[in-house]
Amino acid sequence: MSEKGIRCECGHLNKEGTVLCEACGKPIEGNQHIDGNDEKQVLEMRYEGSARRSQTYKRTFVDKTWAYFSSVKVGVWLIAITLFMSALGTIYPQEQFKNSPLPSSQFYVEEYGLTGQIFYQLGFHNMYSSWWYITLVALIGVSIIVASIDRYVPLRRALNNQKTKRHEVFVKRQRLVSKDNDLSDNEIESLKKNLKDKRYKVYEDDGHIMAEKNRFSRWGAYVNHIGLIIILMAAIFRMFEVMHVDDYVWVREGETRVIPSTNQEYYVENTEFVYEEYDPETQEQFSRALEDVEDPVPKNFQTNTVIYRTTEETLPGQEPELEEVTRGEIRLNQPVTFDGYSLYQAGTQLESEYDSMSFDVQLDEESLGEFTFYTDEAPPEFQLEESGLTINVDNWFPELEFTETGPSSFSKFPRNPGLILSIENPETEENERFFYLQEDIIPLSDANQIEMSVTDLDRRSASGLTVKKDNTLPLFGLGAGIFMIGVVQGMYWYHRRVWIHPKDGKYHIGVHTNKNWYGMKQELEKVTDGTNIKEFEDQQELK
Amino acid sequence: MDKKKKRLIFRSIVLAILAGTLVFVLIVNAGSDRPSLQEGMEAPNFELERLDQEGESIQLHDLRGQGVMINFWATYCEPCKEEMPYMDQLYEEYHDEGIEIVAVSVDKNESVINSFYNSLDLSFPSTHDRNETVMEAYEIVPLPTSYFINPDGTIERIVRGPVTLESLEEYFHEILPQ
Repeated sequence: MSEKGIRCECGHLNKEGTVLCEACGKPIEGNQHIDGNDEKQVLEMRYEGSARRSQTYKRTFVDKTWAYFSSVKVGVWLIAITLFMSALGTIYPQEQFKNSPLPSSQFYVEEYGLTGQIFYQLGFHNMYSSWWYITLVALIGVSIIVASIDRYVPLRRALNNQKTKRHEVFVKRQRLVSKDNDLSDNEIESLKKNLKDKRYKVYEDDGHIMAEKNRFSRWGAYVNHIGLIIILMAAIFRMFEVMHVDDYVWVREGETRVIPSTNQEYYVENTEFVYEEYDPETQEQFSRALEDVEDPVPKNFQTNTVIYRTTEETLPGQEPELEEVTRGEIRLNQPVTFDGYSLYQAGTQLESEYDSMSFDVQLDEESLGEFTFYTDEAPPEFQLEESGLTINVDNWFPELEFTETGPSSFSKFPRNPGLILSIENPETEENERFFYLQEDIIPLSDANQIEMSVTDLDRRSASGLTVKKDNTLPLFGLGAGIFMIGVVQGMYWYHRRVWIHPKDGKYHIGVHTNKNWYGMKQELEKVTDGTNIKEFEDQQELK
Repeated sequence: MDKKKKRLIFRSIVLAILAGTLVFVLIVNAGSDRPSLQEGMEAPNFELERLDQEGESIQLHDLRGQGVMINFWATYCEPCKEEMPYMDQLYEEYHDEGIEIVAVSVDKNESVINSFYNSLDLSFPSTHDRNETVMEAYEIVPLPTSYFINPDGTIERIVRGPVTLESLEEYFHEILPQ
């Protein structure tokens, strides 16, 4: 195996593509264009002049792909495009929030006109779950991972390999330099002490001095990328029902329904729905506030629930054996939780349905009896207790509407119940028919002698509950926490180095910090206090 | 091993894992909004009590060997009611040849189902999906929806919308036992 790489005059063997020798910092001839050092006085120090491999080998397809995703430019473009597209997706509501019975193909053009149609036809109404949006986000993930590996490894190598003794050119081409200083031994000692007081680690080698502090600040960017990757992974986990559930169920008062997205394992019963309003009469403290309000102000939406789970595997259609898991009152932001699931109060159809209608039957001012029609049972006939007469339910329309063919029902929900009842008149033996609609009962013939009247109506509310389960939140928290640690690490500490380079009895001093040069200059003033070091020259400003 | 080769292998592995993750996520995502029941798949089993014969229930698995039409309907759905006579007419003809029809009503009240069933004097089994669990398992959105199940229990055809007498006969031939 032949020796690959570039041997520096200091003796260190560098990787191919190295810009500045890892050990002594001497610019390596022929590679200066990589970081643009051939055109500037100040050396580019961002990655210590290390050999970012992606910049060097581009031979195979894998290497080319790797190099592509390693590029910060590509990463920034991916982020910019994703941001831009994400913003476009918010111009009109996404399909699941359009809140309209119209199909999407009509909704967007009718509601928003031409731009709405373009929005729909470009598929922006389902943007965040579209394949190209997910691919964009995934490419950002790839970019983050590849770019991090590609920079972290060589940077760490370079920082581990750096020597105290640096090449003259390296020191002189730092941004902050002070050249040709005459320094006494006392001044050197005082300089070293000041640096130590500022928490620098001071290394010495053959009269060369290097002081360094806060190297860990350089890892901040990579730590926060690890956080981002964890967040992306959490987002992937959210796609699975085991980790994340977000569903919705309507439960009427008195009804027990299967909870969706639980594999038909859990059931919820709505035992009572409670709706309360603020009352200026009984609660005087609100009377002023309520004076100018026309509509009543709701105070409480509450569903009293019992949660059941099935005791054994049941086939669809089979009546499940249920055992109670828990019971509780669901109010806004006060969910009932069980086995990782939460049920939140999310919707109300207040007294939107009829639970029962009660009727009184009379003939010649004499009562023949009473009966109550429960909409859930909808029995085909009633036996009147007092007279023994039979009431037949000829037709039952839960949601009555009139079409060309006569009365019919629009749905199975008793929102506007209609009934056609018939009873045999015991005196005439004629069948007399009645039509119940709009909370009133009318005889269907003028010849009817029996009188029917509505004595009681019982309405019920339906409660909308969101079903939530999110096991990914701790992972999001962890990712966000690591991200913040990375940000703090890179932001509140600075990696600073000072090199003191003796040459022919004079001293050159070069200084590097990875950010906050202003602070560095101030620190230098304190460090050089009491010595006759020449004022530092900012070579970048000179340009 | 050659360092370059090692690097190539490392890069290939990392990129392959990332590409694999992306493909996996896209597949999962595409699967989430498409109905999961498709022609060719096994029809989910269910058990429902029969309304036309008290005390008896019907389980899909027990009908293996017969071609089965599962018809989801409701009394408030006009097109559902219109196709019922066709079903009844062909049922008489094809029942002996091994075709079974299961009418699954998604209504609320049994009385309305029975009164409609009796008024047309229908003869195929009538059932009531009280908890809407069968409806959910079969991903019913529009009514009527009919599933045509092969004798081996796989779905031959899903029809979302009404059928005509001619098309129904054609579908029966597709699922006729040999």
